[in-house]
Amino acid sequence: MTRFLLRRTGQALIVAWGAISLVFVIVRVVPGDPAALILGPDASPAQTASVRADFGLDRPLAQQYVTHLGEVVRGDFGDSWRLGGSAMANTLDRYPATLTLAVLALVLTLAVGFPLGMACARRAGGVLDACVSALSLVGQALPSFWVGIVLILLFARGLNWLPSTAGSGLASAVLPAVTLAVPFVGWLARLVRNGALEEGGREYVRTARAKGTGEGVLQYVHVGRNIAVPVVTVLGLLLGNFVANAVIVEVVFSWPGIGSLMVDAITNRDYAVVEAAIVTITVTYIVLNLLVDALYFALDPRLTPENA
Amino acid sequence: MSAPALEAPARARRRTPRRTWIALGVLALFVLAGLLGPVLHPYDAVATDLPSRLLPPGSRTEDGSLAWLGTDQLGRDLLANVLAGSRVSLVVGLATVVLGGAAGLLVGLVSGYFGGWPDAVLSRIGDVQLAFPSILLAILLAGVLGPSLTNIVITLAVTRWVIFARVVRASALSARELEYVNSARLLGAGHLRILLRHVLPSCWQPLLVAGTVQVGLTMVAEASLSFLGLGVPVDEASWGATVSLGRDYLGSAWWISTVPALALALVVLCVGAVGDAFRDASDPRAQL
Amino acid sequence: MTTAHESPAAEVRDLHIAFGSGRDGTDVVRGVSLALHRGRVLALVGESGSGKSLTSLAFMGLLPAGARVASGSVRVEGADTGEFTPRQWRAVRGTRIAMVFQDPASALNPAFTVGWQIAEPFRRRLGDSRARAREKAVALMETVGIPEPERRYHAHPHEFSGGMRQRAVVAMALALEPAVLLADEPTTALDVTVQAQILRLLAERQRAAGLAMLLVSHDLGVVARLAQEVAVVYAGRIVEQGDLDTVYAAPAHPYTRGLMDAVPEAAAGEPRLRSIAGHPPDPGRVPDGCAFHPRCAFATARCTTERPLLRTLADGRRAACHHAESVLAGTAPGGPYGGSDL
Repeated sequence: MTRFLLRRTGQALIVAWGAISLVFVIVRVVPGDPAALILGPDASPAQTASVRADFGLDRPLAQQYVTHLGEVVRGDFGDSWRLGGSAMANTLDRYPATLTLAVLALVLTLAVGFPLGMACARRAGGVLDACVSALSLVGQALPSFWVGIVLILLFARGLNWLPSTAGSGLASAVLPAVTLAVPFVGWLARLVRNGALEEGGREYVRTARAKGTGEGVLQYVHVGRNIAVPVVTVLGLLLGNFVANAVIVEVVFSWPGIGSLMVDAITNRDYAVVEAAIVTITVTYIVLNLLVDALYFALDPRLTPENA
Repeated sequence: MSAPALEAPARARRRTPRRTWIALGVLALFVLAGLLGPVLHPYDAVATDLPSRLLPPGSRTEDGSLAWLGTDQLGRDLLANVLAGSRVSLVVGLATVVLGGAAGLLVGLVSGYFGGWPDAVLSRIGDVQLAFPSILLAILLAGVLGPSLTNIVITLAVTRWVIFARVVRASALSARELEYVNSARLLGAGHLRILLRHVLPSCWQPLLVAGTVQVGLTMVAEASLSFLGLGVPVDEASWGATVSLGRDYLGSAWWISTVPALALALVVLCVGAVGDAFRDASDPRAQL
Repeated sequence: MTTAHESPAAEVRDLHIAFGSGRDGTDVVRGVSLALHRGRVLALVGESGSGKSLTSLAFMGLLPAGARVASGSVRVEGADTGEFTPRQWRAVRGTRIAMVFQDPASALNPAFTVGWQIAEPFRRRLGDSRARAREKAVALMETVGIPEPERRYHAHPHEFSGGMRQRAVVAMALALEPAVLLADEPTTALDVTVQAQILRLLAERQRAAGLAMLLVSHDLGVVARLAQEVAVVYAGRIVEQGDLDTVYAAPAHPYTRGLMDAVPEAAAGEPRLRSIAGHPPDPGRVPDGCAFHPRCAFATARCTTERPLLRTLADGRRAACHHAESVLAGTAPGGPYGGSDL
């Protein structure tokens, strides 16, 4: 098991390195002259030269890359010209807000999607089942920025139940978290439903029934435990997705997370912050995937590294 | 891969569900609107008609014409805007899938047919990119490249090619192992000939299925980028951009944000339904 | 056949089980009556598809999806289960009537420890504390012959051998001290060497607790080791039923005789392995008259039109064959394979 996880950690490191390199290529190589990108079209030659010197852009690309990697490993992405202070510090400041949103969205998705899926499995082909399957399609088709806007319209402006912007503690996280969760609630419910239907036909369910076990315990304990492995897997992936998708939702709700920071930074050509934000989110994403791998072992007793 | 002989009767037995026909109908309307709409009912991003601003759907404007879907904050007709936006959406969705699909096809064929180190390298690059949330990559690229229709297409194609490459690689890999491909190789057929005659035909169908699904996702991605101000330039109408502009008028003019978003959701939903039908048609096991 | 002096612990009367509903329904079990008595083992013997497993599941109210009791009654300790609500069924299962399944590998939940699964009824049904339930489960594991039960309590099913798993399944069935035990092919999925151990365990527990037991099996050897009474089913009907010794000594139905002939008898020295020609009929296309006639060496014209009823013979057993006496006497009415009047 340790060896398996070590191997996965190695793979994760390679992926992280790849991601950092990709960002480097996009920011420093794609635009031709990054200094022009940073300064915009109206810069004077003197300004350009000074920026080039500041960022080490006058050195060969390979050298820039090696220096950059060394700095990234130390968490040093340079300073934000707009916000002041190191880009990483600015990013980490915003990290808890994004994570709060993602975790809350995950809790919501699970709390609604799991029982919903179980209820659908109990009456497969019934009215609820059909509704959930239709809603899951619609939920995934709706663009998240618009879902956010509608929620603001309904619950913040119309009913005045919840705040539409940050500043009121956890209450203000509810609407953005719901926005993140909407496309995935129905999707998770379908996953749980299909898993429960498949497992429900297995013989151990009949054995449990023969013991006089009630249907609720049967579904949530006996079957539930067996579909836990696929569910946990997607929950890990979902959390990663939520962190990434938060970018748009944060902009809609003016939520002070990494995503809105990054979009601000992009529009203001604050590339040190952009890089720090992207690398932070990507590393979070990769670490979550690694955690899911580790959870596999904890949840499925049959699984050994040899057959994983 | 299932043999074509097995597939044919399964497909013949099945009736295309009504849902698919409705979806196809909506999509046809959408394509027509994209093609003809801006001609019949032109949208001018610069023209403003301040006395007619923020009119609800169904109102008369100052000059007496009917604003079916209302007007925006500068008095521009929302219907014209949505029609123009549909063209952008359509162009971006199709162009991205064609571009990304072509790149994915090339990479997938090389990877799946030749295997070896090119496959190893290309697959690792794909892994890295898939581990990278695609929305971030799109935002970064779009931000660096600057807003233009071409840049949007390039950006989105870069984020999608891996998906196509994966699909094609899997098909090429299984086609390579087929008996007749082996015998063709033994008979001395060149790689190019085998690729074109035997491997490529088996890749079309899965590529088409993946492409259909991706058209919808690409449209949402374009709208999202435009919503963030990183998509099409301001003088082009885009559903995402219109939704974003309407945000400031949620209380007074809900239709500005809502109409283009609904149009987008409807189209994406229909593309999804058609994609599902495609998948069912190409994979008889999917309906068991 | 022994006549029962006390009321049976569980019984089915004229049980019909159908797949599908209404006119499209196909009867798979067509009029089976069985009575299980305390302290006795009744064996239900037949080929796969004969409806014997369905009959045993009907006793538990656990018929698979699509199957239903079309007519007849199932009684558990005198109560007609036809009226049972799901809650009443749950109350009976495990406490009054329990079941041992065929394949212990899939009958146990792979995600929970064996101990947890054995202790579950104590906790949920009797409301025992965690510690108390554990204590009882360990004792029960000891009883069914699982060595080192304290340690194995925490093992998952995949860490058990096939025989140990079946012991665990038996333990789960016996946990709440039921009066009736159903065993559906309890040794079929096991290694030959382990089969004997499990049979010994079942026999021992049955005797110790005075259980009324239904043993479903296709294996006449297994039946001989446990049962006092045997019922042979063919195409959803009982064709012969009686004391094990009587039936085994001389079958009165050609089908039973065919089954006996198909048993390899290593001890007898002569290779007597003959299988019955042909296949059992499809449930939807059971032949008219005697369902067995196409495969029967004793069949006459009468067998093709008139269905033989289950009737009591001189020695007390019952058989559903027009020519039972001839079968017993070992003479075919019209010569082998056919008959002059056919």
